[in-house]
Amino acid sequence: MITEKTLKQTMTNDLPKDMSRHLPDSLNSDLRSKMMRWETLLMVFVVIAFFTNIQLSPYFLDPWSLSDATFNFTEKAIIALPMALLIIARDIDLSVASTIALASVAMGFANTMGAGPIELALIGMGVGTVAGFVNGWIITKFDIPAIVVTIGTMSLYRGIAYIVLGDEVYRSYPEGFAFFGQGYVWGVLSFEFVLFLCLAVAFGILLHKTTFGRRVYAIGNNPTAALFSGINVKRHRLFLFTLVGLFAGVAAVLLTSRIGSTRPSIAMGWELEVITMVVLGGVNIMGGAGSIVGVFIAVFLMGLVTFGMGLMNVPGIVMSIFTGLLLILVIGTPIIWRRVLTARKMKSKSGN
Amino acid sequence: MKTTSIIGKLISHREWLLGGLIILMLVGVGSAAPFFVGTANLAEVFDDTAILIMLACAQMLVILTRCIDLSVASNLAFTGMCVALFNVAYPETSALVTVVMSIGIGLMLGAFNGLLVWLVGIPSIVVTLGTMSAYRGFVFLLSDGEWVNAHEMTPQFLALPRAAFLDVTVLSWIAIALTLVMFVFTRFTKTGLSIFAVGGNPKAAVYSGLDVGKHQFITFCISGAVAGLCGYLWVSRYAVAYVEVALAFELQVVAACVIGGISIAGGIGSIWGAVLGAIFLGLIKNALPVIGISPFWQLAISGLVIVLAVIVNSRSEKRGGRRILREAHQ
Repeated sequence: MITEKTLKQTMTNDLPKDMSRHLPDSLNSDLRSKMMRWETLLMVFVVIAFFTNIQLSPYFLDPWSLSDATFNFTEKAIIALPMALLIIARDIDLSVASTIALASVAMGFANTMGAGPIELALIGMGVGTVAGFVNGWIITKFDIPAIVVTIGTMSLYRGIAYIVLGDEVYRSYPEGFAFFGQGYVWGVLSFEFVLFLCLAVAFGILLHKTTFGRRVYAIGNNPTAALFSGINVKRHRLFLFTLVGLFAGVAAVLLTSRIGSTRPSIAMGWELEVITMVVLGGVNIMGGAGSIVGVFIAVFLMGLVTFGMGLMNVPGIVMSIFTGLLLILVIGTPIIWRRVLTARKMKSKSGN
Repeated sequence: MKTTSIIGKLISHREWLLGGLIILMLVGVGSAAPFFVGTANLAEVFDDTAILIMLACAQMLVILTRCIDLSVASNLAFTGMCVALFNVAYPETSALVTVVMSIGIGLMLGAFNGLLVWLVGIPSIVVTLGTMSAYRGFVFLLSDGEWVNAHEMTPQFLALPRAAFLDVTVLSWIAIALTLVMFVFTRFTKTGLSIFAVGGNPKAAVYSGLDVGKHQFITFCISGAVAGLCGYLWVSRYAVAYVEVALAFELQVVAACVIGGISIAGGIGSIWGAVLGAIFLGLIKNALPVIGISPFWQLAISGLVIVLAVIVNSRSEKRGGRRILREAHQ
């Protein structure tokens, strides 16, 4: 005969045993430990790449050489930070490289009108912000998938750059403008690199320590649930697109200043590399998971590997094979791995 | 039943609209430059657009299943370089062998995309963004960055797409034939109709016994095979093969589909839409120099048209039916 007391007892006894796995708390810690593992793995690869580069060239360890190595990825890395937030929120922006071209052409045009270095930088950032805002506005206003809209604007923004510039080139930027891309803040530390480090910290705090960051995760995990929990999903998405545009503008300022000229084909194909950096950093392409620390390490990994290939005289287009396959590999491996794990779990369960 | 008929009406409406726009454009350009609407010139414009039409038809199938294939242009460049180099190495082989070879190579590249989408389950945008840059890199590895020029290719290799039949080139006839085959495929075969079902509602398709991934795989194979065929046709028509062949052409292909009213959310679209979308873009491309606008405008115009077309599509695609909860994201 079952009394009320025994009923209660069985209930309370059963609960921790069976339910603990399904409680959100344990899910969270599980996820976190997985992330940590991914980041340690990345760190191991960074160390391997670092020592391979030392083997490849005796000059690699020279502080100036190391400083030079940072130049080829810093601009992309600066876009990768807000892009990580955007992808965590289940969106994507394929138009960043075209935004760079547009902003760079705008700066070149302003330069011919006689704008100073600070004004040029502001114009570049402003154009980037507007471009990102337009993306976000169309996507949120008409409820269209971000992929299609940004494929369209990718063609539109670069197209505008081609209309303005054709096969010509903007050169002769003012001397003060060179500081953004070529200047050094302290010893061998370039302005670009210091800016990237500061931004990485800022984005780390924004994503991991603020309510805004938590909302970004919430939107990425389940936009409908996020809406019903009182988050203005559309406004957050619009803000994120604008943010990506702003930092594409910042990257345009740095890149234009570094190479000192503007062609409409500037930064061609960068969107792929930026997205690869983000995904390599452990950000889930389907949204909802990822960390700035992972992206930060992934940026260095990409930078070191491409620099190493440069040391081996590998042409840029062959590096693009590497980037493309890496992107597929990085996304495919965890999926296959998870499937193997669940298959094994199923087997052990059926065995019991 | 009621909703399908409404959607059907909208789509046919869309195609009439697009057809009207095309005629309007022809009249406009024709009044400024009468030679443009002459039959000889129109045949030439169609010949110039034929490759885009074929790729758009194949891309349509991929988009119908809620996927996207961004690697078509790189696939085209790779296959084109393969057959061009093969032609240089073995000049005696007939053009028919080359055609079969190009379809085979393209099919393999497409199947690789499809397998990753089907068996591994990676989002198609990621897979094809990756293979887009990887295949393009392979062209460089294959050719060492060298060009294969017209004088290195054999006459029969070059002759096939240019040969005229009833005043229309073989290239155009291939495009017309492929369009008709695709029309029959999407309307009257089981697989073709399943592709619509899979894209329209994947969950319902699974419950009716359709393998969603397998159909996505099939569309990627078709897209790859068509891209391969176009690789040979492109290289032979323009009589040159190099690394940057058809660079960023995938954007035009996707644009043609979007303009043709094919829903990027899957399940909605028709072959005629894709064909008209491609013709629309081809007309713009050929009309720009005639009315004195620099070809540099083309990229921006196709970008603008993509954006406008998706906005128009999003308006007409709002499906009826009961919705208990408002959705935030779609």
